[in-house]
Amino acid sequence: MIIDHPLLGPRDSAEFTYLGDASLIDRPDGMAETAAEAFYAYQYLRDNPAGLHRELWYHEAGDRSWLVVTRDTVTHEIISVELARDVARARGRSR
Amino acid sequence: MHDLAPLTALGHAAPWTDQIGGMAITERPQIALASVTARQGREPTCRQTLTTWLGDGPPPPGKALLRDPFSALWMGPDQWIVAADYDAHERLADELKAKLKQAASITEQTDAWVCFDVSGDRVVDLCERLCPAPARRMQTGDAQRTTVHQMGCFLVCLKQSEEMRFIGPRSSAGSLYHALVTAADAIV
Amino acid sequence: MTQANRVPGGQIDRSKTLKFNFDAKQYTGHPGDTLASALLANGIRLMGRSFKYHRPRGPLTAGSEEPNALVELRGGARQEPNTRATTTELYDGLWARSQNRLGSLRFDLLAINDRFSNFLTAGFYYKTFMWPAAFWEKLYEPIIRRAAGLGSLSLKADPDSYDKGFLHCDLLVIGAGPSGLMAALTAGRAGADVILADEDFRFGGRLNSETLSIADQPGADWAAGAVAELAGLPNVRLMPRTTVIGAFDHGIYSAVERVSDHLHSPDPGKPRQILWRIYSRDTVLCAGATERPIAFDNNDRPGIMLGAAVRTYVNRFGAAPAQRIALFTQSDDGHRTARDLIAKGIKVAAVIDVRKEAPRDGAYETLPGAQVVDTRGRMGLTFVEVRLPGGDTRLIECGALGVSGGWNPNVHLTCHQRGRPIWNNALSAFVPGESLPPGMLVAGAAKGEMSTAAALRSGAQAARKALGLKGRLPVLPEAEDADVTAPPFWYVQGAERAWLDQQNDVTVKDVKLSHQEGFRAVEHLKRYTTLGMATDQGKTSNLGGLAIMAELAGKSIPEVGTTIFRPPYTPVALAAFAGRAVGQDFHPTRKTPSHFWAKERGAVFVEVGNWLRAQWFPLPHETHWRESVDREVLGTRASVGVCDVTTLGKIDVQGEDAATFLNRVYCNGFAKLAVGRTRYGLMLREDGIAMDDGTAARLAEDHFVITTTTANAVSVYRHMEFVRQCLFPDLDVQLISTTEAWAQFAVAGPNARRVLQKIVDPEFDLSNEAFPFMACGSITVCGGLRARLFRISFSGELAYEIAVPTRYGDALIRRIMAAGAEFDIVPYGTEALGVMRIEKGHATGNELNGTTTALNLGMGRMVSKAKDSIGSVLSQREGLTAPDALHQVGLKPLNPDDTVPAGAHLMAATGPIDAAHDQGYVTSACYSPNLGHHIALGFLKGGAARLGEVLRLVSPLTGVETRVEVVSAHFIDPEGERLRA
Repeated sequence: MIIDHPLLGPRDSAEFTYLGDASLIDRPDGMAETAAEAFYAYQYLRDNPAGLHRELWYHEAGDRSWLVVTRDTVTHEIISVELARDVARARGRSR
Repeated sequence: MHDLAPLTALGHAAPWTDQIGGMAITERPQIALASVTARQGREPTCRQTLTTWLGDGPPPPGKALLRDPFSALWMGPDQWIVAADYDAHERLADELKAKLKQAASITEQTDAWVCFDVSGDRVVDLCERLCPAPARRMQTGDAQRTTVHQMGCFLVCLKQSEEMRFIGPRSSAGSLYHALVTAADAIV
Repeated sequence: MTQANRVPGGQIDRSKTLKFNFDAKQYTGHPGDTLASALLANGIRLMGRSFKYHRPRGPLTAGSEEPNALVELRGGARQEPNTRATTTELYDGLWARSQNRLGSLRFDLLAINDRFSNFLTAGFYYKTFMWPAAFWEKLYEPIIRRAAGLGSLSLKADPDSYDKGFLHCDLLVIGAGPSGLMAALTAGRAGADVILADEDFRFGGRLNSETLSIADQPGADWAAGAVAELAGLPNVRLMPRTTVIGAFDHGIYSAVERVSDHLHSPDPGKPRQILWRIYSRDTVLCAGATERPIAFDNNDRPGIMLGAAVRTYVNRFGAAPAQRIALFTQSDDGHRTARDLIAKGIKVAAVIDVRKEAPRDGAYETLPGAQVVDTRGRMGLTFVEVRLPGGDTRLIECGALGVSGGWNPNVHLTCHQRGRPIWNNALSAFVPGESLPPGMLVAGAAKGEMSTAAALRSGAQAARKALGLKGRLPVLPEAEDADVTAPPFWYVQGAERAWLDQQNDVTVKDVKLSHQEGFRAVEHLKRYTTLGMATDQGKTSNLGGLAIMAELAGKSIPEVGTTIFRPPYTPVALAAFAGRAVGQDFHPTRKTPSHFWAKERGAVFVEVGNWLRAQWFPLPHETHWRESVDREVLGTRASVGVCDVTTLGKIDVQGEDAATFLNRVYCNGFAKLAVGRTRYGLMLREDGIAMDDGTAARLAEDHFVITTTTANAVSVYRHMEFVRQCLFPDLDVQLISTTEAWAQFAVAGPNARRVLQKIVDPEFDLSNEAFPFMACGSITVCGGLRARLFRISFSGELAYEIAVPTRYGDALIRRIMAAGAEFDIVPYGTEALGVMRIEKGHATGNELNGTTTALNLGMGRMVSKAKDSIGSVLSQREGLTAPDALHQVGLKPLNPDDTVPAGAHLMAATGPIDAAHDQGYVTSACYSPNLGHHIALGFLKGGAARLGEVLRLVSPLTGVETRVEVVSAHFIDPEGERLRA
């Protein structure tokens, strides 16, 4: 597959490592009262869509950026590619 | 002055060079390298300081700045590798840290890498046997990460269609060299 | 007389004669021949024996769709089975042998199978070889194995090399027939970067085999002119002998270029083949079409071939399959063949045309409304039996029969991404479907545009569309535009032993049996009968089988469907997929800075991932590795040893929030680590399982260097970048790997300090007070070389790790050895390193095995509850904190001579030995020269409370059962006095 890196342009997916669902960005607060329940869901509950999927790819053989790729799991069409850092910040991740 | 004798990445006292057909493959150990990564909120300062240091803006993604005495490659978001002649700038990382201070994180990268320069009129054919980088379309000053036989490298176009620099992991220098020579034999 | 069946003309070079050998006989041919055409020219029609029934066979086709003429090409280590004679370029000295016969091709002992055909029908192996059960392994299977398969392997190592390559283009044109040449010309003239690939060694496709004209020239000449123009364009890359084998996602195509297969052997240094990865922006598939046969009884004799193949042999290769040839056709194609034969002086026995209104030509006899119902001539066709419309039969003498049943567009690559073709009633064939691989267009016969003019037009249109060129199509060269459609004719009624798949010996009878047995869906038909499963993948037989199944099932052909097409389009040698990654080059070799020095000293090396590490350093008199390893361990603990530890991952962590960041990734605390100090760190996975361990050294407020295990250097770095970029994007922390940049050596033993004091420059105080256990700092050595020193110990001895820029690593270890000579310094390798850490009870990958937690490792209290770090929450879940959770323990054999094999399991002293009573397992084991017996580390349920208990150690698979005592994992210096000396 070809992943259109926001900074580098089209790159062969062979340069990347795949991690999984982009929901991994939304890590719960480990010190909260309900942390255990939140972490069970975070770690183990997944949608498995036949269709658009937002997922994390790491440009291991490139610039070592993490990317959030929106890919159709049926056709492999890639709809969007964003820097994971930007997505994380937009979702309220910070320090 | 210390009295320890350095070894090249291929394990010799002197750099290795090969002539295969019309192509020359030359090891270049005399390149000092340092990584510069801007710190949070200090990106503009880092950029400005580097511009002054290099004599021109630090290169954007996919590009190298090829100048004397300093060159640079884009490595990642707000991250570059700076290069200079080893004999003149063995302490490149320290020099850069003194200039950039808290604006950036610096590491010495010189001996993490091995540099092989390949020149000749078939250098693009060679690249096409080795890595997916679009070597035929690369112009002087283009640079990108690519993979040669599972080794993550930088490919720098020093002179369009004539001279390329492969910067690969030092510990795998023997394998990278073997890949270059084997490909050269295959195409000449 | 040599080459008795040559006819004038053809694209062969008669000025040169090539000698070749087939089945131990010498023949001659010419450059431009294939092995098949040269054999036919020499009057040889018999080229193989069929798979199951061992029936004599000759070539059915003249191309890569060939099912029969498979030979073993070349002898010795370069022997290649199942090579198609129809696509093998002839070269001087070519050597080939027919396959699949016991005895000779003419006298094949296994031909007896044909007499048992009633018992060897489709699926016979589901109903036979069942009884008695014992016979299967000893008798049936060996016999079947010997009989199965076609060609044989040499079983010698392949001496050739194979390259991989990478190309980029704006337009990839697949196939260089009229549509492909036109597409390439259109795009090339417009300045696009074009790649034109064709599996053949000569571009032109069917133009080389037909007597059609383009722009008043013979088609073949027009093709040669087009190729010459393309060759002159710098933006066009011509790739003959290159099969595009697969269409992958996003415009990525795979192609195999046969660089040297047409030579006797590759030139030195040159690869035999190249596997190209082509990145195309757009693609035009111009793969043409493949003719299909008609099924009738005994339609598989040598000499019976597709009509278009007859034209190819006669027109392109100047080789007549026989001197007297009959044609069997459902369309005008058979008549085209007849005219071409007559033009070359070959007798046409008759044109047997199934159509009642067949055209007539004075030059040859036509039998309208007639069908071929049987044939004679076991070793080669002698007669065909024709049924005339009235019901009479007639025997027609002929040495070859050209069969024309219509054309199938080569849609394969359009289906490589789950697309299905659609049925075109007018053509009675499948054409490309709606959903094509993104970026792909189809042109010419592959699209169902069957005439030459249509091919040229659609090739030009497709290229223009791909490039976004607007406006009217330029004037194209004139060519014929005939309508080739005719009602389909799949098989002769009543035919039974009529072959569909000639390679897997599948007949019409087998399809009927499949239907009868209930295997009616197209996927079941395929697998029950094996129709389409051979090396030709049913290119000349799939549709025939489908058509018959449709008739039996009372459905239309599209309702029965079609099986999926997958890469590769034609068979590919496995070596081409390996490329250069074979043998020593299977993966890159990473050498440590002391590698060359270690080699000089005769070290034995071990592969650790891609690294080569010294495993031990044998002395000349030592004959067994234990001698060396025991000596290295004893020497280090008695005085001092040195070991290259460069391979452990080193990650440089800087920034204002470096300590905060490390506090998030390690389960234990790092926020308050003082500058100049190192700390052991344990990283958990988010699910609470231990991931990796190492040390973190604080060189400055904002600067740490952390270590990882060798094996996890890459994955830990990846994980840390995930935490940095995705979880805490606003922390001021920057990471980079420095594993390669620094050579790092462990110097360990009671005399370690004394040795280092001779290396480290005098302004740095190495006393225990100034540089205590776990201190770290930047120093200089040997008169000013920058270095880093870490007082950490894996061995449990007084130890340091010293790092210098890698280029000085070799010089440094020599200097350390020289400095240590007075202390009998001993270099030690990974084995001794392993023994010493087991003696100390230090965990490594054997213990951090992906299922164990901090608690299991005896580090449960290290997981801080005062902060949020990766894995801390889930490490507390019930399943991981049960009262009888595994604890790391030491194990000592009761009998001092016993070993304690790693992987063995622990059982209570009495009671059953089974999985239900499993108490734990051994993770690491070694002989301890310091203790004089074997020791081990392992995990034991509730082990912390069971010190002193005696257990049984069992390995049922290897018949081991001994007794061990549970002891502290810290066998040596449990108080750590030596560490802190």
